[in-house]
Amino acid sequence: MKSSFFRRCCELIGLLIILSPGFAQGQDVAANTIFAQALAKLNGTSMQERGMAIEQLAAVKEPRALLILQALLDGRLYQLKAENKLVIGEEVDAGYQLSDADTGQTLGLVERDATQKVTMNNSLRVALRKTIGRLELNATDAKVRIHAVHAIAKAIDTEGIALLGERLVIEQDKSVQDEIKLTLGLEQLNSSDKAARLAAIALLKDHASQDVVNRLNELQEKDAAGNFLEADADVRNQAKAALAKINASLQVYAAIETLFFGLSLGAVLVLAAIGLAITFGVMGVINMAHGELMMLGAYTTYVMQQLLPDYLGLSLFLAIPAAFVISALAGIAIERCIIRFLYGRPLETLLATFGVSLFLQQAVRSIFTPLNRSVASPTWMSGTWQINDFLSLTWNRFYILIFCLLVFALLLQILKRTRLGLEVRAVAQNRNMAKAMGIPTARVDAMTFGLGSGIAGVAGVALSQITNVGPNLGQAYIVDSFMVVVFGGVGNLWGTLLAGFSLGIANKLLEPMAGAVLAKIVVLVFIILFIQKRPRGLFPQKGRAAEG
Amino acid sequence: MNKLTHKLRQLALAGSLAALTLVAGQASAEDTIKVGVLHSLSGTMAISETTLKDTMLMLIDEQNKKGGLLGKKLEAVVVDPASNWPLFAEKARELLSKDKVAAIFGCWTSVSRKSVLPVVEELNGLLFYPVQYEGEESSKNVFYTGAAPNQQAIPAVDYLMNDLKAKRWVLAGTDYVYPRTTNKILEAYLRAKGVAKKDIMINYTPFGHSDWQSIVADIKKFGSAGKKTAVVSTINGDANVPFYKELGNQGISAEQIPVIAFSVGEEELSGMDTKPLVGHLAAWNYFMSVDTTKNAAFIKQWHDFIKNPKRVTNDPMEAHYIGFNMWVKAVEKAGSTDPEAVQKAIIGVDFPNLTGGVSKMLPNHHISKPVLIGEIQDDGQFLTVWQTNKVVDGDAWSDFLPESKPIIADWTAPISCGNYNTKTKKCSGQNYK
Repeated sequence: MKSSFFRRCCELIGLLIILSPGFAQGQDVAANTIFAQALAKLNGTSMQERGMAIEQLAAVKEPRALLILQALLDGRLYQLKAENKLVIGEEVDAGYQLSDADTGQTLGLVERDATQKVTMNNSLRVALRKTIGRLELNATDAKVRIHAVHAIAKAIDTEGIALLGERLVIEQDKSVQDEIKLTLGLEQLNSSDKAARLAAIALLKDHASQDVVNRLNELQEKDAAGNFLEADADVRNQAKAALAKINASLQVYAAIETLFFGLSLGAVLVLAAIGLAITFGVMGVINMAHGELMMLGAYTTYVMQQLLPDYLGLSLFLAIPAAFVISALAGIAIERCIIRFLYGRPLETLLATFGVSLFLQQAVRSIFTPLNRSVASPTWMSGTWQINDFLSLTWNRFYILIFCLLVFALLLQILKRTRLGLEVRAVAQNRNMAKAMGIPTARVDAMTFGLGSGIAGVAGVALSQITNVGPNLGQAYIVDSFMVVVFGGVGNLWGTLLAGFSLGIANKLLEPMAGAVLAKIVVLVFIILFIQKRPRGLFPQKGRAAEG
Repeated sequence: MNKLTHKLRQLALAGSLAALTLVAGQASAEDTIKVGVLHSLSGTMAISETTLKDTMLMLIDEQNKKGGLLGKKLEAVVVDPASNWPLFAEKARELLSKDKVAAIFGCWTSVSRKSVLPVVEELNGLLFYPVQYEGEESSKNVFYTGAAPNQQAIPAVDYLMNDLKAKRWVLAGTDYVYPRTTNKILEAYLRAKGVAKKDIMINYTPFGHSDWQSIVADIKKFGSAGKKTAVVSTINGDANVPFYKELGNQGISAEQIPVIAFSVGEEELSGMDTKPLVGHLAAWNYFMSVDTTKNAAFIKQWHDFIKNPKRVTNDPMEAHYIGFNMWVKAVEKAGSTDPEAVQKAIIGVDFPNLTGGVSKMLPNHHISKPVLIGEIQDDGQFLTVWQTNKVVDGDAWSDFLPESKPIIADWTAPISCGNYNTKTKKCSGQNYK
């Protein structure tokens, strides 16, 4: 109690010294004391003290305070257990590269166990972001300043408004000016002056953002007694007109967003189904272990990341050929050991491959434990591509969409341009005739199955970026894959592509209206009805091959 | 003649052999007390249940090192119901009638419990169920050592409402009995607290749902209407990873829209990339990060047993720890493993939990537990941000649903009923659906 009172006194004295002008030397010393005190508080265990420390650090106008706060927010601030002091750590191979938080000098490398992270909770993070935003408002980089304006806007208060007002006067950069004006404009809507409110609406009309929409909507609302919250009819009408203008563009953005969601879901479906389109479509083998071949691809990604923990991006690229080879080898083994004895007996193939799928699942459970494995995403694959306040596309989905199209194009070229492709097509069209022409059909069967399985493995790499890597990964996709292939028309790659994308879009159109569960059912019922009408799918095979 | 003697001799030999095994069998039956472990070791639920099997083996091992129970050694009988609900009932029957186990520790999903329920009631066995569940049940033969809704869901909502000032609510869940019932209770609770219907969004997704784009976008839109929004997630199992990934990718941080989960614990987090999840919440009755000597000892024991210092502990493991030790105490108190005697003896038995309090078996076959709310840290552990200052009694029948409000469970005389209606003063008998 006593010591805390003493500390308060010290702080107060320190603050007074700072505030009094002409104490250049004393100011430095006082700043250092406050700085040291704040660090000591951060080093403690109480979250409240940590909050106070953040405010203190913000008051010390020193660049290293900002460094510490930023490190705290990024989770790079650690306690060095042995010496009980705060350090900033950069993660490297063997442990952490440390520098002293107080003095900034480098302390060298320590092991992970020697440090403990300074923990944070949500309310602290909010306070920290606000504080950093205020400090960064005077940064030299315009981008950082815009970021700062956003941070302040998120937790706006009178102090924030005042700061922004001051900054606007001296701000040179046009884009930063606009951001500040927008934030202040939102606040102006609360003004008691009617002209100011109208001016604010005129400004906001051209700067559509979610906050603007929310605030304009609020102007239209009535309170419990039925009176408008905004008493002035002029302002209401202006707000209504502004909203109508914004809403028109909103609808366009919503449509684009749904289309993107549909395409990206479709891309996943196509990736999962395209390998099956070869094994089931071209060879007529009902391979229930197809999903598990994707699972093998996903686990290959996991193993690659374990081998190259510091090169996330590289390991992902290397995982693509590795997954192809491993799944292809597994596929060829399945074909040589089981399926080739069962050609022409679809029911037995179905049961046998179902057995293989259970076998593979349990094998993975024994090797990797039944727990999911965590596969990290490289930074360029996480986050969103923020096009504007209403439209943002997630990067991982975007890359997967492109990846899907690349895989599809490559597969098409293999089937069209290579000798293997020629042989595959020949065997698919007429097995006996192909045999008579000297094509080794047994070998082609194995290679075709290997190709289809390898593509499944590649799909697994993509799936590892959006879903669990666990023993059940395959099961989640097997039904969808068959659905796409059957809908698209057995044996037609273009059909698979089109079917995947149209099912994806249909699903995403239905989902907001019917909910995820019902949307799936509706799509399934639609496919059943469609198959009744056109049993061979969207693009049926024509000619003699289709009869066989 | 010769042939006949030969045959006779064979027969005699076989007979004596059979007698021998019978004697041996009897001897081992007298020497050991069998404990059934009914957790899936294959199939979809193996991901969660395998750990609980290992936990039971560890606890039984530990008890045997202490000298067993009633002077006998404990013997674990492990069966694999393979995530197949009807097989749970079959395996439970096998454990009770063939292996004659004294108690079963098992089940994870509510549907597996519901399928075992008629079997344990028919054969009068004992089932210790270690997972948080939707409530609205109390059987004479089942002991619920996981959380009832009032020990997890309601305090979690209170925290969001009072501490984080949440005004709008998204109740997102997987489409099956636990989320549906829990969300029904939560919706009734929120409405009673004055939350308008338009401020509650309820969303269900199929098992293993992996494409969360539009749902997360909806949540984002719902949450950007100017009022503080929180998501209460009863999303189960594998669907969580893509859900959290999508949240991270669409830039929804815990500071804007916190998500509180009832099915995401340390073990689930160990299979996720936790960086985008930092700050999101979970409500449990135990966290591995809780700093008590009992917990530290338990974690060390687990690491030694499983021979992997990286394995985590979680809430259902603690539930088994408490449940098993309560059963041991009750058997010692009753002086026998007879189910009737144990059922009587176990009510009122208390045992210290791992977070520093003392849990007690209540007359409604639920236990008292503390409630903890934690924020996810980037090392996959939880930082406790809120906890009840004493243990909370588990309530079998929620007080927030009009149909279950008058119903209580009390397995002591004179009521001795799992669903006694305090208004009509009637016991409507066992209800398993």
